[in-house]
Amino acid sequence: MSAKSGNLFIDSLKDAAIGGLIALALFSVLIGMKAEVASGLGGQLGIEYRWGAVAIAVAVVFAGRLLLNLFVWKAGTPVTQTAGRLIPSTQTLAPLAKYAMPVFLVLAVILPFLLMSAYGSRGSRQYLDLAILVTTYVMLGWGLNIVVGLAGLLDLGYVAFYAVGAYSYALLAEYFGFSFWICLPLAGILAAFWGIILGFPVLRLRGDYLAIVTLAFGEIIRIVLLNWYDFTGGPDGISGIPRPSFFGIEFNRGEGGFADTFGLEYSSIHRIIFLYYVILAMALITNFVTMRLRKLPVGRAWEALREDEIACRSLGINTTNTKLTAFALGAMFGGFAGSFFATRQGFISPESFTFIESAVILAIVVLGGLGSQIGVVIAAVVMIGGFEFFRGLEEYRMLVFGLLMVIIMVWKPRGLISTRTPSITLSGKKAKGISADLVQEGHG
Amino acid sequence: MNSWDNNPVLTIEHLTMRFGGLVAIDDLSFNVGRGDITALIGPNGAGKTTVFNCATGFYKPTEGRIIMNRSNGEHYLLERMADFQISAKAKVARTFQNIRLFGGMTLLENLMVAQHNPLMLASGYTIGGIFGLKSFKKAERDAVERARYWLDKTALIDRADAPAADLPYGDQRRLEIARAMCSGPELLCLDEPAAGLNPKESAELNALLQYIRKEHDTSILLIEHDMSVVMEISDHVVVLDYGEKISDGSAVEVKDDPKVIAAYLGVPDEEVDGVEEEVGI
Repeated sequence: MSAKSGNLFIDSLKDAAIGGLIALALFSVLIGMKAEVASGLGGQLGIEYRWGAVAIAVAVVFAGRLLLNLFVWKAGTPVTQTAGRLIPSTQTLAPLAKYAMPVFLVLAVILPFLLMSAYGSRGSRQYLDLAILVTTYVMLGWGLNIVVGLAGLLDLGYVAFYAVGAYSYALLAEYFGFSFWICLPLAGILAAFWGIILGFPVLRLRGDYLAIVTLAFGEIIRIVLLNWYDFTGGPDGISGIPRPSFFGIEFNRGEGGFADTFGLEYSSIHRIIFLYYVILAMALITNFVTMRLRKLPVGRAWEALREDEIACRSLGINTTNTKLTAFALGAMFGGFAGSFFATRQGFISPESFTFIESAVILAIVVLGGLGSQIGVVIAAVVMIGGFEFFRGLEEYRMLVFGLLMVIIMVWKPRGLISTRTPSITLSGKKAKGISADLVQEGHG
Repeated sequence: MNSWDNNPVLTIEHLTMRFGGLVAIDDLSFNVGRGDITALIGPNGAGKTTVFNCATGFYKPTEGRIIMNRSNGEHYLLERMADFQISAKAKVARTFQNIRLFGGMTLLENLMVAQHNPLMLASGYTIGGIFGLKSFKKAERDAVERARYWLDKTALIDRADAPAADLPYGDQRRLEIARAMCSGPELLCLDEPAAGLNPKESAELNALLQYIRKEHDTSILLIEHDMSVVMEISDHVVVLDYGEKISDGSAVEVKDDPKVIAAYLGVPDEEVDGVEEEVGI
């Protein structure tokens, strides 16, 4: 054993040294030299050398590789196996999942009052804002889940529908003076319409090609919004978007306002709480409709489409219409969320609808588990909430964020909640979830 | 005149399918009799599956007509129809050589997907379904009953709520037949239903096909390599070789046809000698 461990140590040391050398070669250029406009030299370009940083980076690579070699890669019983046992398996989590849904729901409903009693109306504002943001992403995640999770169509341009919804409301309000509650359904219909427009050209595409076209579509919408200056205001965006009213009662100070009507003392938090309940209701409607659709023929056709498109066609399912309904419905919920976003912010510009938004929404769906509604909630809370939580780390939070995603994907490659619940059972009882290994991810 | 020519459910006329320079089917014509079990046989690469793909709309034939004569008197030209309409309107269902089930869905869900079109109609194209329409609830119960019937007939009822991908091979084959039957076809096209089955399963399959034909007025067209299945259950056998029909008749007639024997077993040595002499080798 001692001889073997000696070999292990020497091997590991050699390997780590090679790794260190490669790191040195790479980092001496990448980190070691930094081109800088030296202010003292009248704007001349100079090179700043940072050999200390290179030494640290190389040392990290060397030590990290040595440790990994000793305890994971070359060790008899890798430490990851031991660590893996410490992480709870799916079986032990399954009974918890049953209670997760009602607990989340109750928590979501009483959240504003919890925060108010804990932090007061001034202190709770930032947490409520964060809760609104998270709920918006939950709704977007649920909308995208129809397209990606159920129908298995990879959509990288989902933010386009979010933008269509936001701009529909902003423009209708600006040009025609429509209120939020009239524009909300219109924004959904317009977004669904654009979903169908996108759907047609991509009907025949699968996999990578579908991803590229949807990605391009997202960018086209954003760039059109950016350049159509006369109509959309271009990069200046649209400001002064009207706020939603509570059955016609505005959240204003003074006579006729919300506080005045209900005999409360005026506080700006009322509007925030109202907005929170609006997005919560919208998200819950999205969830309800999606859960319902799963049990209807159209939902089963989506899932069948994800499993095997050719078999679907042999059974008389019109795959064109099925795909288009998935795109249209997913887009519609994106549009609803978009118009909420516009009314909450009061100002929108194409800046808010970049590709990174699509990527974040898709990441929420994938991390949560394709097709899982509760998974999306957990992933949105972790990702959006976590992102804000680590704000103190400044630029390093991206690093933490990336690491977190890698860990989740290593631990659970098919997302946090990866079992599929059957939409109907013969026995009438709740059936066992279907393991993700058997469920197809769709071909795009 | 044979019975299948008198009252055909499917008529294939001068069907030709070319893939670039390759002629997969060359001027093929035959009839599938109503209520018959018709077998399409031939060596590997003879073009059997291509005939299926043309008849079910997955390929568009280069030339020729494929006519489906439904029992209500309607006629459909299958080569002009989209694949999903062939199942929905012309009532032709099929299975696949490499089984295509919805593996991540339960057996029951697989059979529910097969009844998509009537259920879609009953759910008022989804809108009625979202609001829980009574007539949809009833249609759904009927669909479940129909699924239960076929699961029972294929002896899969015990595993109704298990994912389809978990089934053993033979069960998957039967499930695919059950799924095709749930779409209510008048012609059932089976692509090698007995492939990979053991003799006992093969015998059960024969019984199932006989039952389907007898009780459900469904004509069956099947591709098969297993001669025991072909000889035992088929009323009519069509033999293909290199995309051409070399024999057409009852199982007994075809079995003794020298062309068929030649295609499957090769020709006797004397004949080869004769040809070689003619050519002058």
